[in-house]
Amino acid sequence: MTAPQTLFAKVWDAHEVRPETAETPAVLYIDLHLIHEVTSPQAFTELRERGLKVRRPDKTIATMDHSTPTTPRNALGIIPVIDAQAAAQLGQLERNCADFGIRLFALGTENQGIVHVIGPEQGLTQPGMTIVCGDSHTSTHGAFGALAFGIGTSEVGHVLATQCLLQRRPQTCAVRVAGRLGTGVTAKDIILAIIAKYGVGGGTGYVFEYMGEAIRALSIEERMTICNMSIEGGARAGMVAPDTTTFQYVSGRPHAPQGADFERAVAYWSSLPSDAGAAFDKEMTLDADELTPMITYGTNPGMGMKITEAVPDPAQLSDHNARVALDKALAYMALQPGKPLLGHKVDVAFLGSCTNSRISDLRVAADLLKGRKVAEGVRMMVVPGSQQVKKQAEAEGLDTIFRAAGAEWREAGCSSCLGMNDDRVPAGQYCISTSNRNFEGRQGPGARTFLASPLTVVATAVSGVVTDPRTLL
Amino acid sequence: MKPINTFNGKIAALPVPDIDTDRIVPARFLKVTSKDGLGEALFADWKVRADGTPDAEFPLNRPETQGATVLIAGDNFGCGSSREHAPWALQAGGFTAVLATSFANIFYSNALKNGLLPIIIDHETYEQLVSLAEEDPETQLTIDLAAQTVTLPDGRAVHFPIDGFSKVCLLNGVDQLGYLVQQDDAISAYEQRTPAPVSTLT
Ligand code: SF4
Repeated sequence: MTAPQTLFAKVWDAHEVRPETAETPAVLYIDLHLIHEVTSPQAFTELRERGLKVRRPDKTIATMDHSTPTTPRNALGIIPVIDAQAAAQLGQLERNCADFGIRLFALGTENQGIVHVIGPEQGLTQPGMTIVCGDSHTSTHGAFGALAFGIGTSEVGHVLATQCLLQRRPQTCAVRVAGRLGTGVTAKDIILAIIAKYGVGGGTGYVFEYMGEAIRALSIEERMTICNMSIEGGARAGMVAPDTTTFQYVSGRPHAPQGADFERAVAYWSSLPSDAGAAFDKEMTLDADELTPMITYGTNPGMGMKITEAVPDPAQLSDHNARVALDKALAYMALQPGKPLLGHKVDVAFLGSCTNSRISDLRVAADLLKGRKVAEGVRMMVVPGSQQVKKQAEAEGLDTIFRAAGAEWREAGCSSCLGMNDDRVPAGQYCISTSNRNFEGRQGPGARTFLASPLTVVATAVSGVVTDPRTLL
Repeated sequence: MKPINTFNGKIAALPVPDIDTDRIVPARFLKVTSKDGLGEALFADWKVRADGTPDAEFPLNRPETQGATVLIAGDNFGCGSSREHAPWALQAGGFTAVLATSFANIFYSNALKNGLLPIIIDHETYEQLVSLAEEDPETQLTIDLAAQTVTLPDGRAVHFPIDGFSKVCLLNGVDQLGYLVQQDDAISAYEQRTPAPVSTLT
């Protein structure tokens, strides 16, 4: 009998072109390569300089998301790109895709969107696959039981040319989430709590597998929210074992297997979950029963707390480095130690990003926003994750709810998550955001970010101050 | 890529943990389509204040750190995004090595691919280097990749880990794509023996 194996090991082993040795890393085969305009141009240049082709254009899909504007379409139905540098970058991607025979979901076309939203939406993301992209939030796709991780531009070139990567086998970490989420507490709060508890470096070198009652109870889109932020815990990837929830989500999507192929696929996918007794190198735990809505107060995603708590005091930290870091963070955020965040004024509310811009996120947000108004002096941006999400939301009348409340209903893209386009938060302003990073300057130079769930973002947007969503439910 | 072996370098310290890639290269500088010209982007929002004036207090703005090629930083250096612009910008800023107590995985891998040496040091060495950078900004270190050592001014040599394969690549100035391209037969064999378990991308 073979030893019990983890989900990660099963997927990894099935993709070894060559196993690793002491001298050389493993050659790992990649099933799906997603590319976008920002991290791919230099890789294509490399290919051209060496006279190399794209080995498997059929396993490569491109979209435009990071530097694209999310402003309304013009009279011709086109989203104009005013920024010349962004336009050049988008043009470059278009040329590269045409020259190398890669399918591209160009700006404004029906399947365009944030790279980690469109993969799952199109049924491209499937259990058991290896998926990479020149983007750290590729971990999102792990929600399906795929091994999915971010790579750099050199590696984008490697995959384009050879469909393979050189990798050392990472270690595994079981992240057990027991119990059930209470009302007003969401998947976003689970992952913010895990990172607050174990730190932004806690997962470095590991692949997380999220498991336990609370994870099983989540929808696929909620699991994506959790896997998405694995990288914020330092992990290489995050995975959830595929189950019937997964199969139902994949079924019927444009690129999903059909008919008998689907049955065969499900049989294979059903063999992937970690065997009973499989050993992990590390373990983390969280109790969902005790969870409340979470919020960050600092400048990395690990600086988070229960929304009802007070901002921690650097003076009470014994570790010198941690104290320096917290001091610096609170100075940047202009926050008082020991004071609660509840009631703190915000200027901007952002509902979007690959963490929380899928249809289920918009539904939850619209549900709470219905019949309410965004507070005076608050700008609320709603940015759907993809054109498909946008279309679906409009079919359900969600856009009407957002607009009626005074929020902006924008085109699909990364938007204010990283402020590469004009959707920036002005210096010194506070933004409550459903995105994944509260780094200094992430949403624009001098911008101050509070990360939270879509419910907390809506509750705060309508109150104008940081608000526990449970008080509005 | 130029081969790396032994070099001497002047140090500069940014003694903070969790320096993320948005710090190293803010996103607005990512609209480039080549690797060049990122020197200005390096730590842009730390070098220049929100009001547009240079921050004289920022360590890399001080006259005494000019010409530094070895950066000293705290835990989890390079966390955040996968942007390879981070190591490109550090190289454009004149750095050939970063010494930190730990690195984020993707940054570490990206740095190695570009010949920017990421060196993991213990906390004691880190503290010593941070003090040295304060006391004597002219401090130089000798880094010997073949021997995997960093030699401090007091003569103490500190050993550092590095993956054997990456080391060979760096010492010889060869990049990993060349190696992968040579695996073509094995890759074809894999593709033959592994019919896709599911019909994807159809
Ligand atoms: S939404 Fe934000 S985190 Fe996600 S891919 Fe875009 S920039 Fe990256």
